[in-house]
Amino acid sequence: MSESTVQIALVLPDLLGTYGDFGNAVVLEKRMAWRGIKAEVVPINYGQPVPDSCDIYVVGGGEDTAQTLAVKHLREHPGLQRAVTKGAVVLGVCAGIQIFGESFTRADNVTHPGMGLIDSTSHAGGSRAIGEVLAEPADGLFSGVLTGFENHQGRTVLGPSARPLAHVKVGTGNDGSVEGAVQGRIVCTYLHGPVLPRNPQLADMLIEWATGTKVAPLDLPAVTQMRAERVKAAS
Amino acid sequence: MNDSPARLPLRTAAAVKLGNLSSTLSQKMGLGAGGMIGGRVALKLDPQALNRLTAGRRVAVVTGTNGKTTSTMMLARAVTALGEVATNHSGANMPDGHVTALSKQPDAPYAVLECDEGYFPAVAGASNPAVAVILNLSRDQLDRVGEVRTIERSIRDTIAGLQNCVIVANCDDVMVTSAARDAKNVVWVATGTSWHHDSASCPRCGDPIRWQGEHWHCTNCDLARPHPTWITADEAMITPEHRKLELRLTLPGKFNQANAVMATAAAHTLGVPVDEAVRRLRGVSNVSGRYRTIQRNGRSARLLLSKNPAGWSETLTVVREAHHPAVLVINAQEADGRDLSWLWDVPFEKLRGRQVIASGERASDLAVRLTYAEVEHTIVKDPLRALDQLPAGAVEVIANYTAFRDLNARAAADE
Repeated sequence: MSESTVQIALVLPDLLGTYGDFGNAVVLEKRMAWRGIKAEVVPINYGQPVPDSCDIYVVGGGEDTAQTLAVKHLREHPGLQRAVTKGAVVLGVCAGIQIFGESFTRADNVTHPGMGLIDSTSHAGGSRAIGEVLAEPADGLFSGVLTGFENHQGRTVLGPSARPLAHVKVGTGNDGSVEGAVQGRIVCTYLHGPVLPRNPQLADMLIEWATGTKVAPLDLPAVTQMRAERVKAAS
Repeated sequence: MNDSPARLPLRTAAAVKLGNLSSTLSQKMGLGAGGMIGGRVALKLDPQALNRLTAGRRVAVVTGTNGKTTSTMMLARAVTALGEVATNHSGANMPDGHVTALSKQPDAPYAVLECDEGYFPAVAGASNPAVAVILNLSRDQLDRVGEVRTIERSIRDTIAGLQNCVIVANCDDVMVTSAARDAKNVVWVATGTSWHHDSASCPRCGDPIRWQGEHWHCTNCDLARPHPTWITADEAMITPEHRKLELRLTLPGKFNQANAVMATAAAHTLGVPVDEAVRRLRGVSNVSGRYRTIQRNGRSARLLLSKNPAGWSETLTVVREAHHPAVLVINAQEADGRDLSWLWDVPFEKLRGRQVIASGERASDLAVRLTYAEVEHTIVKDPLRALDQLPAGAVEVIANYTAFRDLNARAAADE
């Protein structure tokens, strides 16, 4: 683990890895490795302390009980929160957007405190949002349309300190109008797929934030073809 | 136990007759295999059809995420030692499929029913089973089936309400153990299940589960691996009398050894002698087209079905033993689950260094996964055309549900 290796913390994959979100860490690692940037994935399992020394933290989606346990663990071992104050880049998917917020309220009307990293609150929606999503990235954050698959009951309201990640064209996202959140170097989204294999521009934006250098585009025909098919299928 | 099933009430008898007619029509008109439509008609006409059709029979229900069809076929074969067995084939594993199968063999004193995990409460509730086999529980089609813990909870609640039912359960699966533990009569089987990604936290209290070799326990509550009565050993089983019995199965893979031991334990519960059960289930070689080999222009392709990450992980270990080229076929229709995120839970890295073709309606999603796994591959969406692009010789074809079904039908039509 040399100083120059970019460390990607895969946070609680045993609790928050229900929807293949492990793929987000792999994509970050490979897209750096293929450009000669040394990177490694550091899995942090349930029961282990959370280090504050990683450069990127990837948090995936999970079932309700798993999500509650994850918050408990991350509050008891606040390495991720310390890393955020030091400028680490964070990607939170699905459960991520709920647990990073101020609070989340489940279908049983019980409100759980979040980690307070994002100015948002989440609550259970009337119906489960399931299906393909297309959204236009907000503020020109990255190029191309944001594509993914959503499967969640939660709805999220952003406060003034958080900005949306994208504006929904197809699907539900946070509330049917905006999707995800960006606050500082934290990016949240409801989208699986996983989201980074589907959206290489978003992956590269996170890599550029973490390394502080611009990266050249990668030509991966399979990715181009898959994106074209998914966008067409959803439109 | 050879008493014939109770006579059907007029309403059920009429419903069954119309149902069977629909099955025949469906087959004749080329609409389907007729495995479900007949049952659907009968259930509409008589919602109690399943209760009435199982009354008086000794029923075994087989459920779990993976291995249901194979285990059901093995158990049905073994139970034929006792008498005629009504059983649902080809994965028609919901109540309409059960009604169809039962009404086709109204006099069979035994019934072995493969049951979708989501329908287990309804089917076990209606059929008063003598034995219920719980194979394993892992993530599967989250957009359609739902979360594993919800399924575990519903199976647990159902089992608690069953009278006079022996539960045959896999003690190497934390979810299954939690589902079965409170039953009055459980036969524990060690299967050597290797997929533990859905049981990091205890299904009873939420605290971490700790593994030490084959043993596991919750770090907080008293949920722990029960002591097994039956053990799956390397190509063999250890019986309750501590006797080692060679399995010598026709089907490949460790997971089929596990299926065989679960089926043997269940058959034994119903009264089949162990050696007799194993002798009979050994002959299972082609499970609704799975594992069969098709010949096409000099290629000899073995067809393997895998539907979810745990299934794919197991299948990849079988495929790894031989160094043949592989065609991987992925669809994402409703029956497959529309969300392909699970492709990222499958260790495709194991295929590095071999010739691989990504195929199926969602070949490009698979190609992206293979790209990041650094597995060299080409994309040919039609799986039969993919075979034509490979050199003559042996090929492994792994497909998910609808991809497998369609490929199997086309291969059968070619023969």
